[in-house]
Amino acid sequence: MPIDVLMPALSPTMEKGNLAKWVKKEGDTVKSGDVIAEIETDKATMEVEAVDEGILGKILVPEGTQDVAVNTPIAVILAEGEDANAAPAPQQKAAESAPPAAQPSPVAAAAPAQQAAVPSAVANPPHVESQPDPEVPAGTEMVTMTVREALRDAMAEEMRRDGDVFVMGEEVAEYQGAYKITQGLLQEFGAKRVVDTPITEHGFAGMGVGAAMAGLKPIVEFMTFNFAMQAIDHIINSAAKTLYMSGGQVHCSIVFRGPNGAAARVGAQHSQDYTAWYSQIPGLKVVAPYTAADAKGLLKAAIRDANPVIFLENEILYGHSFEVPKLDDYVLPIGKARVARKGKDVTLVAWSIGMTYALKAAEELSKQGIEAEVIDLRTIRPMDVPTIIESVKKTGRCVTVEEGWPQSGVGAEIVAQLMQKAFDYLDAPVLRVTGKDVPMPYAANLEKLALPSVAEVIEAVKAVTYR
Amino acid sequence: MATRRSAAKTTAPKDAAPGEVPSFTRDEELVAYREMLLIRRFEEKAGQMYGMGLIGGFCHLYIGQEAVVVGMQMAMKTGDQVITGYRDHGHMLATGMDSKGVMAELTGRRGGYSRGKGGSMHMFSIEKQFFGGHGIVGAQVSLGTGLGFANHYRDNGAVSVTYFGDGAANQGQVYESFNMAELWKLPVVYVIENNKYAMGTAVTRASAQTDFSKRGTSFNIPGEQVDGMDVRAVRAAGARALDFARSGKGPYILEMQTYRYRGHSMSDPAKYRSKEEVQKMRTEHDPIEQVRNRLLEGKFATEEDLKKIDAEIRDIVNEAADFATHDPEPDVSELYTDILR
Repeated sequence: MPIDVLMPALSPTMEKGNLAKWVKKEGDTVKSGDVIAEIETDKATMEVEAVDEGILGKILVPEGTQDVAVNTPIAVILAEGEDANAAPAPQQKAAESAPPAAQPSPVAAAAPAQQAAVPSAVANPPHVESQPDPEVPAGTEMVTMTVREALRDAMAEEMRRDGDVFVMGEEVAEYQGAYKITQGLLQEFGAKRVVDTPITEHGFAGMGVGAAMAGLKPIVEFMTFNFAMQAIDHIINSAAKTLYMSGGQVHCSIVFRGPNGAAARVGAQHSQDYTAWYSQIPGLKVVAPYTAADAKGLLKAAIRDANPVIFLENEILYGHSFEVPKLDDYVLPIGKARVARKGKDVTLVAWSIGMTYALKAAEELSKQGIEAEVIDLRTIRPMDVPTIIESVKKTGRCVTVEEGWPQSGVGAEIVAQLMQKAFDYLDAPVLRVTGKDVPMPYAANLEKLALPSVAEVIEAVKAVTYR
Repeated sequence: MATRRSAAKTTAPKDAAPGEVPSFTRDEELVAYREMLLIRRFEEKAGQMYGMGLIGGFCHLYIGQEAVVVGMQMAMKTGDQVITGYRDHGHMLATGMDSKGVMAELTGRRGGYSRGKGGSMHMFSIEKQFFGGHGIVGAQVSLGTGLGFANHYRDNGAVSVTYFGDGAANQGQVYESFNMAELWKLPVVYVIENNKYAMGTAVTRASAQTDFSKRGTSFNIPGEQVDGMDVRAVRAAGARALDFARSGKGPYILEMQTYRYRGHSMSDPAKYRSKEEVQKMRTEHDPIEQVRNRLLEGKFATEEDLKKIDAEIRDIVNEAADFATHDPEPDVSELYTDILR
């Protein structure tokens, strides 16, 4: 059966081109892979290779022809014994779904006719229901422990529970952790499951993701998240996107954890808050706990989660002590905020170390007759917006508190959510208290100025409550 | 009627020394011929469908390099993993992934391996232990090392076969991965497909050390250069490397000296090399022609036998193209699926 050779497109945007030259003549034998013609566009000249074998029976578009539309038959290839002057060659099957000449866009050709009627409304994202915290049974013993101990216990418990869980990172094993979060894990679990890596964040983050693709459940510790910028390609491109790109086949159960944000007097490169960066990425969960109990319950949940979880700790909080329920298996839901303090006059939203400013400000404000409700967001993505809205419905006012930069920060997202979903309940503009829009300075006085302060939170609350 | 194929698999001789090219049996030659021809015809068809606007975006064809994946696959065992970069269609077909599912992914249809959401560069098959399809140059090297880490952790006897190109070989994470793989003796075979050009840049213009088999020297990783146009040489080297890695001795590097006939992607007119250079490779070193000639000269097959195989392969490819053309696009509800599990 005669086969049409069609004018090819050289790029997704090409609609027509010039037939510069015929390399083969009518009557020539053609094998697949042979160059038969040259076509040119404003960008390049390309060779057209034959895909089918036979004899170049007829040239339909002579060389030198300008503006030949993509998909126009330019020649006919014949099998042995076929006649070029017989009935016009039927179009190849694949060409049947191509548009008529009047509609030359090759992009349009990609959509068969039956799919042309795509609903104009974009499908809505699914609504995610978050679960409330499990009840801590009455009479449960509470143990005072530091955030550092809570994180260590969470990892140890999950490693006892599941042999596929292992921890890797710089100085996690023999050194017992640069910040002593992995203290004792090497002794209990051995070098196979507590793996000291070379100083190669890009490489070991990718290796962790590969191990997760193969079904293991790595906990990748970054000495601080500042160094994870070396590894962010694997976190986003390899870990976060793979489930989607694989049509649900390959998932990455992996936790990236470590201290995030400013410590003290370590300068611009070691003091960055990445919460907003990771918070933007679909395919990631982002957790930033404040208390030891939340650190423990949420890290256990993160390790069990089938998705990549960014677990943002804070170096200053490591040594803070909190009450933690003494339960065999204390796991908290990711994606659920916690009302840390009840109040009626203003809603303060914070997380991680931001909570220290919010809670102190709330105490001060209470002495001045302003009762602040403080929401500990705990998870940044997926964000528990309903809990914030419920509070704002009551208070009519909101102030967000974070150490990160203002532009496109997490506070900016909360403001946008409230504008869209709670505008009618607001009695004042929502204000943000953030880190200043500068690289972190070293000098003690300047560093203090660069970070948020309790005074700034109080000032913002007074502004939105018109006091 | 075309039927679904399984991955190529034969027993490789383990006594072949570097440099030796052990001969193939008739069956092995035929398997190699069929598998390579399938990739060649599939890619030609993909190029044609790109020209018709049925395939969008980027499309990197594997034509010319077929002996690399087919030879390696013939040396691999079930359970060994494959991971590669964006020039990945050949790798998928070699592992035995269905040509219909691959082609339908290229056209962005619901029957594609990623249900149309991945495209040419992003396909996976847990069943065939194919872990992508990665669009960031060099990323697959760290990921493939992680697959090897998982094998080592589980002591499952599997080897990660991690493919990358001469361009990716200059990425920093490659050496971070080499270091860890050797340090922990991970079962990984690094297959560097040196096709002479990283997009439009010849290796001599981009690489201080153009002998890629030596790229692991400072980590004590052994390596060898292989004629990547000769499927027999590839399988023999693959068998040596896989044995080495599987026996707990750590990673191994194979530099496959190969050549891509087409441009880097569909929109590359390949003006950075001469027509004579391309023509010389095609006429003197074509991996498929080599097998074809041996089959005929060795009286393993007649012209008629080979014509029959050619027709069968064309049927498989035409069926894949037909499916990929008429399969519907993904349902709009797929926009928000598979983001979290």
